[in-house]
Amino acid sequence: MYDINEVRKNYPMLNGVKMDGQDLVYLDSAATALKPQCVIDKVVEYYAEYSTNAHRGDYALSHRTDSEYENVRKIAQRLINAKSELEIVYTYGTTHGINMLAHGIKHQLKKGDVILLCEAEHASNVLPWFRLKEEIGIEIEYIPLNDEYKLTLDNFKKAMHDKVKIVSLAHIGNVLGFIIDMKEITKIAHEYGALVAVDGAQSVPHIPVDVQELDIDFLNFSAHKLGGPSGIGVFYGKYDLLNNLEAYNLGGGMNTRIECNTCYYIKNAPFKFEAGTPAIEATIGMGRAMEYIMELGLNNIHQHLCEIRKYAIDCLQNEVEGITIYNPDSESGPIAFNVIGYEGARAQDIGSALATRGIAVRTGEHCAKLLVDVLETKGTVRASLYLYNSKADMDRLVEAIKEIVKGDALDWLL
Amino acid sequence: MATITDPMILRQIIMDHYEHPRNRHLSDEQGYLSVRKDSESCIDDITMQVKFNGDNIEDIRFDGEACTISSASTSILTELVKGKSIEEATNIITNYKNMIYELPYDEELLEEAIAFQNVHKQANRIKCATIGFDALEDIIKEYKGGQ
Ligand SMILES: Cc1ncc(COP(=O)(O)O)c(C=O)c1O
Repeated sequence: MYDINEVRKNYPMLNGVKMDGQDLVYLDSAATALKPQCVIDKVVEYYAEYSTNAHRGDYALSHRTDSEYENVRKIAQRLINAKSELEIVYTYGTTHGINMLAHGIKHQLKKGDVILLCEAEHASNVLPWFRLKEEIGIEIEYIPLNDEYKLTLDNFKKAMHDKVKIVSLAHIGNVLGFIIDMKEITKIAHEYGALVAVDGAQSVPHIPVDVQELDIDFLNFSAHKLGGPSGIGVFYGKYDLLNNLEAYNLGGGMNTRIECNTCYYIKNAPFKFEAGTPAIEATIGMGRAMEYIMELGLNNIHQHLCEIRKYAIDCLQNEVEGITIYNPDSESGPIAFNVIGYEGARAQDIGSALATRGIAVRTGEHCAKLLVDVLETKGTVRASLYLYNSKADMDRLVEAIKEIVKGDALDWLL
Repeated sequence: MATITDPMILRQIIMDHYEHPRNRHLSDEQGYLSVRKDSESCIDDITMQVKFNGDNIEDIRFDGEACTISSASTSILTELVKGKSIEEATNIITNYKNMIYELPYDEELLEEAIAFQNVHKQANRIKCATIGFDALEDIIKEYKGGQ
């Protein structure tokens, strides 16, 4: 297990940054994670020491860029245990990757084919599929959540049928944070001949994700949620499946030959999907962020999170009157709740009142607009934790909520 | 009207307008211009309707999902501008926005809307406090463009 106090020293944002005059308590890591110094250094090093283009130059400095840049594929391969580094496509994030997948697989689908989602999906794993419905007439179906807002294998089995061609699910949802049984899901889906696409935006930063062990066909995640730069992510696919997708962006770097008669020949995956000058420094920074979480150990990160989360849940449930926690036994980052008198539309007032106490959370629908109907509330407060949060952060949260409930969430405005 | 500074009173103003919003139901009648404003970053999603009579705002209504601040500020706005001329309404909007952005403003014109004078303290709530005012500005622009 790592020493949380030592870990916190690695984050400039946790050492001296104030919000509303108080030491920052950052509880919005499901939106984006803080960056450790080693990632910052790695990005700055590129700017200061070898900022040249990738795959272009005929000089030693550009060779360094190439090797640093391409090396990140190997780091990513290690992080998710892909079979080959060629199964790693660089994207600008989860959203981009899911769009790449939906576009790339369109030619393999036909009218009446079904894409199976669940009610808790993030907009990024909903809208790219909606567009396929508009474009080619595929159908969208949803696995219903149970009374505890969880996706159960039973409900999944009931929702599966022969017309389902793709099951696209968040491994861990961004509002409630339940971990779904991906291994069983891929097994069942594959029995029906369906492919499984995983939105790993919340899972890859938080738990060990082994794509071979889980038999995942496609996986997307973003670097910024695991402590890396924004604007960069990974789209993993089993190699043949990946190579059979069509590329959306055409241009430099992805072709092998172009002829005047408009013939062109494109490279194989992953390069066919990477047209144009990439986000070089972000990619290199992503590699360092992945190494950092592997150094800490994903099992350790998960265990630390479960511990402080349980501590926070116990305090909130015992000490705050009138609190509703929607996911008390979830085993990852987010704690979704409402307090009496501030439900739904007024959750935002809790967010502002916490902000004036130095605590960053997010309120509202959290981009999971379908979930709002399931939870029967227009909004929730989401405090989302990550590897650097401490019990002291949880104490600040609990004390602040107690104070707000006793007093007035609009106090800052008056 | 003297400036109200008592937090209890300001709170009452906001909560009264939030819990009992004025002019909050849309009309099916002809003759209204309407605009829908929704924020992708929060739940606010309001529709505003205005009926003009020459240079005057004869009626103004709104409805939709809205947080405490957007709901109350829009409700107050409808009371402030109903029956006023477009010029007076525009002046109110300008002064309100000056207040929100910490510029000099005439508090006499704003009446209960001064309850939002401190919204800049949480800058991400500025959009809540201005959504109704932006909606009215849009409608006035549309009306003038069509005249
Ligand atoms: C579950 C889930 N899917 C997709 C996304 C979209 O990720 P990004 O904004 O990095 O593309 C997020 C991030 O908010 C997420 O939490």
